[in-house]
Amino acid sequence: MRLTFDKSDERFREEVASWLNEKLSGEFSKIKYRGGPGDENAFIDERKSWEATLADGGWIGIGWPIEFGGRGASIERQVIFHEEYARAGGPGRIGHIGETLLGPTLYEFGTRSQCERFLPGILEGREFWCQGYSEPNAGSDLANIKTKAVFDQSTNRWLLTGQKVWTSLAQESDYSFVVARTNPESSLHKGLGFFLVKLQQPGIEIRPIRQMTGTAEFNEIFFNEAVCNAENVVGPPEEGWKVAMGLLGFERGISTLGQQMLFQNEFDAVVSLAKENGSAKIPELRTRIAEAHIGLKIMRYNIMRVLSGFSDAGELQPAALISKLYWAKWHRNLGKLAMDVMGPEGEFLIDTPYELGRLQSLFLFTRADTIYGGTNQIQRNIIAERALKMPREPRG
Amino acid sequence: MQFRLTDDQIMIGDTASAFLSEVSSIQAVRNIMTTERGYDEAVWNRIVGEMGWTGTHIPELFGGLSLGYIELIIILEQMGKHLLCSPFFSSVCLAQNTVLIAGTESQKSKYLGRLAKGETGTLAYSSGGNRWDSTAVNAIFEKKQDDFILNGEYSLVADGHTADLLVVAAREYQGSRLGLFMINSNQDGVIKKWQPSLDQTRRQASVELKAVRTPLNSILGEAESSAERLNAILNLATIGIAADQVGGAQKALDLAVAFSLDRIQFGRKIGSFQAIKHKAAEMMLRVESARSALYYAACIADQVLKGEADYEQLKEAASIAKAYCSDAYFFVTGSAIQIHGGVGFTEEYDIQLYFKRAKSTETFLGSAIWHRDQLAKLLLDV
Repeated sequence: MRLTFDKSDERFREEVASWLNEKLSGEFSKIKYRGGPGDENAFIDERKSWEATLADGGWIGIGWPIEFGGRGASIERQVIFHEEYARAGGPGRIGHIGETLLGPTLYEFGTRSQCERFLPGILEGREFWCQGYSEPNAGSDLANIKTKAVFDQSTNRWLLTGQKVWTSLAQESDYSFVVARTNPESSLHKGLGFFLVKLQQPGIEIRPIRQMTGTAEFNEIFFNEAVCNAENVVGPPEEGWKVAMGLLGFERGISTLGQQMLFQNEFDAVVSLAKENGSAKIPELRTRIAEAHIGLKIMRYNIMRVLSGFSDAGELQPAALISKLYWAKWHRNLGKLAMDVMGPEGEFLIDTPYELGRLQSLFLFTRADTIYGGTNQIQRNIIAERALKMPREPRG
Repeated sequence: MQFRLTDDQIMIGDTASAFLSEVSSIQAVRNIMTTERGYDEAVWNRIVGEMGWTGTHIPELFGGLSLGYIELIIILEQMGKHLLCSPFFSSVCLAQNTVLIAGTESQKSKYLGRLAKGETGTLAYSSGGNRWDSTAVNAIFEKKQDDFILNGEYSLVADGHTADLLVVAAREYQGSRLGLFMINSNQDGVIKKWQPSLDQTRRQASVELKAVRTPLNSILGEAESSAERLNAILNLATIGIAADQVGGAQKALDLAVAFSLDRIQFGRKIGSFQAIKHKAAEMMLRVESARSALYYAACIADQVLKGEADYEQLKEAASIAKAYCSDAYFFVTGSAIQIHGGVGFTEEYDIQLYFKRAKSTETFLGSAIWHRDQLAKLLLDV
């Protein structure tokens, strides 16, 4: 067990840091630290052009295998990249869903021609993806998907009808991967297909969902006989659940170290403010700041354990199963702490109609953290059932 | 970066668990915990002779195994899991670490071998109160001719009533320096007394020094840097306590889950109710996070002893680990009692023993409250 990185990895760190330092200047200086959760609509054009710049530098898909256009970078180097990216104030990624979720799914489950068609667009920062899983009645109960896909033999195409919801960046994306029911007689995780759907088409309408933050990061997507060519179904049309779950498995937490670094930036802002406005002298706030510091450091150590366990075959480690519940609770508490440190100042808007400051936005947006991606309650079920082998919940 | 146990380290843990299952069964713990000595000498002799654990992180040069602090932490974690009643923590984490950090080379070769071979030892520094660093030292030393004279009272000395070797901290009379002295616990003027405690599996004692005369070469290292060194020693020991807490918390979680899958109410296992499952999930979150904090701190401690990390890093890692592991152990054992229901409150069921050990290890070497305060100072007052 050792905490230090090899010398060659440290040189890689310097390479990443100096590249980011050089490129995140000029036209891109204004997007530093922007576009994160709660701020995802900021500077869309600039951030898309930043994706292309990243691609030119060869920084998209560094963990992908070389044969699929990646660098085959080790876990350590991927960690280093994410850490340095966050440290440098790299903007929220528009391409991350394609890079971290869809790309690996395609080279794992897709056909050669699907890879040839879609991987270059992701690696070159040209084509952006969003995730079509949740539905109004398939939130926590994700397998209860109602969107249906009907095969039209005459045109060799699937026609999708239904609704997806809570889709981040849908209005800025070119494609969505959509889980839809191919067998109308089926229920739960059987009879589902995994479709790669072009969003610019007559059968699709995207509506933003206005949130309590005043912004609209999430969207609804309405499908009305939207078209998907037969060759754009990943895996057998009735076994898309396996693909969909495999995809979630690829989000194995490498980027969460970068997320931890973003949280560190936010925490540092809270600490500076506390020192500035005198909150740092109030005993209860001191205690809570220290507690947040402890929680943030341990988040990092948890992630390091998960990442170090990667080479082990088999089940996810316990530390991986607690990850979502852990960070969501921590982050929500930070939002509350930030407001308490701000004191009465926390009440005032930056501007009308509803422009929030960074910490106010943190306070409100973190109420979503404990809901999306599996609520705290669902996470506790998962931990109890998978890690502690306690009885599964009965279905109604 | 490889933040997981190596195969050898996993094997050390498995071996420790198997041995402790044999010598520290819950019945053995219950038998020994009511005695004044507080540990079984036959078991101690096997720990020393058969397992060689008292030499774990002592360099080979001084008669040890030259393993690292991580290996020591792995063993301590298992000891916590099995509620071992033993002077191991005091002898290794307090006495040995003091000699390792503060002693001269000749003092290391004089004492470390003896401690590795099974002489017990401990460190007395605090006169009481809720202070867990060098500021807690109130005893006085004074140089008179060719000796030091020591006077003072110490409280909460781990295994202080049975230890063979006693390291004591004292302040210079009318001076600012702090000294660490190795004295024989049986010499004139040393008055030791067991302080019976709420947690019966760990022994605390008071030690009084009345004009104890000790030779000039009994001072460990140089007095000039002793305060800083004492704090480093206490931080190393703190990580050892955190290991005990992680092992105990894991066991308490295991006991609670096993009970919930055995106990039937309303015609079903109580472990099938979300009220219980969610509580267990929160317990596991804390156990795993405590383990991450512990292993990180163990790595830093290991680096400190190899000269690859500094005392500031050690202090922060130790405070993070102790604050989190203390809260986690208490939360997990408290929740485990609740899951057990009525029987959790009985003397007969074992969970109460873990609950008490959670409280005593929480207090000892600084509670979560104290360590959070230390961290707040580092973050906010610099």
